[in-house]
Amino acid sequence: MMNRLFAPLAMIVAAMFAYAPIMIANAPYESTMGLIQKIFYFHVPAALTFFLAAFVCGVASAMYLFGRRPSADRVALAAAELTVLLGVIVLISGPLWARKAWGIWWDWDARLTSTLVLWLTFQAYLLLRRYGGPGSDRLGAGVAIFGMCNVPFVYWSVEFWRTLHPKTSVLPTLQPGMRGPFWFCVVAFVGLFVVLLAARTRLEERRAELEQLYLAVEGE
Amino acid sequence: MGEYRKIVGNAGRALMMCCVLLGGVAAPSTAAHQPPRTTAAQDGFVPVDTLPPEDRLPAAPLLVAAYSVAWVAIMIYVWSLWRRLSRVEREMATLGQRSGEPDRRGARH
Repeated sequence: MMNRLFAPLAMIVAAMFAYAPIMIANAPYESTMGLIQKIFYFHVPAALTFFLAAFVCGVASAMYLFGRRPSADRVALAAAELTVLLGVIVLISGPLWARKAWGIWWDWDARLTSTLVLWLTFQAYLLLRRYGGPGSDRLGAGVAIFGMCNVPFVYWSVEFWRTLHPKTSVLPTLQPGMRGPFWFCVVAFVGLFVVLLAARTRLEERRAELEQLYLAVEGE
Repeated sequence: MGEYRKIVGNAGRALMMCCVLLGGVAAPSTAAHQPPRTTAAQDGFVPVDTLPPEDRLPAAPLLVAAYSVAWVAIMIYVWSLWRRLSRVEREMATLGQRSGEPDRRGARH
């Protein structure tokens, strides 16, 4: 089913990403920050998808660890790679916004530091899977579950500790003119995540088939 | 004794009057020499529109950089994914030919 849906979904996502800058340009300006606030339309959806990717990786890893399903391991590996990709977008767009809004590139406060730790956890997962040798799949699954458990702490860190970062109450109180472009970008990022997850999982499936083929050739 | 009390009382009242008069004259002049009272926010920050142009940080390059980073990161990832996938497909085709087995790619779709 995913094979049939892949091409139309990829085209829809590409069209959404092409149209997003127009919607963002037409969105109203925020009164205190002005133009720089428009980073919000990519930064926050990328961050929400970053959390979603970490969550998918953690759930798939738990399914692999307790159910021994190789397909779940492939999904986990694909989701971990996307977590790192989305984390790069969040961790670069955030400081660019902060430089103008706060006057600094980075602050070691709870939200920023915990986001960096989450990103490093999934970076560690990928390094473990690549260089860990036999058994790294199960060890990696443990790391991914740990990373998934970090997601709620990162999300609510702005409520528990005093930080420079805005609180989670920003989204429900968003001005009506900003809601449309924001949710449009959220859907575009989630769509991108689904498309890339399907493509990356497919790559792992083909690699597994190739491995079987090598074993068959060597056995002849 | 009564005379003495009267003299001391008069001197005390005169001294008090002098203090009041001096206070009245000195108070405005002291206040005039003090810096104007400001709020805490004004002490630490200067409104951005009062800054000279060379001290203002332009928002547009930062905004363009943020969106460019997102686009470039996604493009590089898609390109790397496509490259890895085509390498695996090529390897499968080569291996399939070597073992005499047809490529199973078409059969799975």
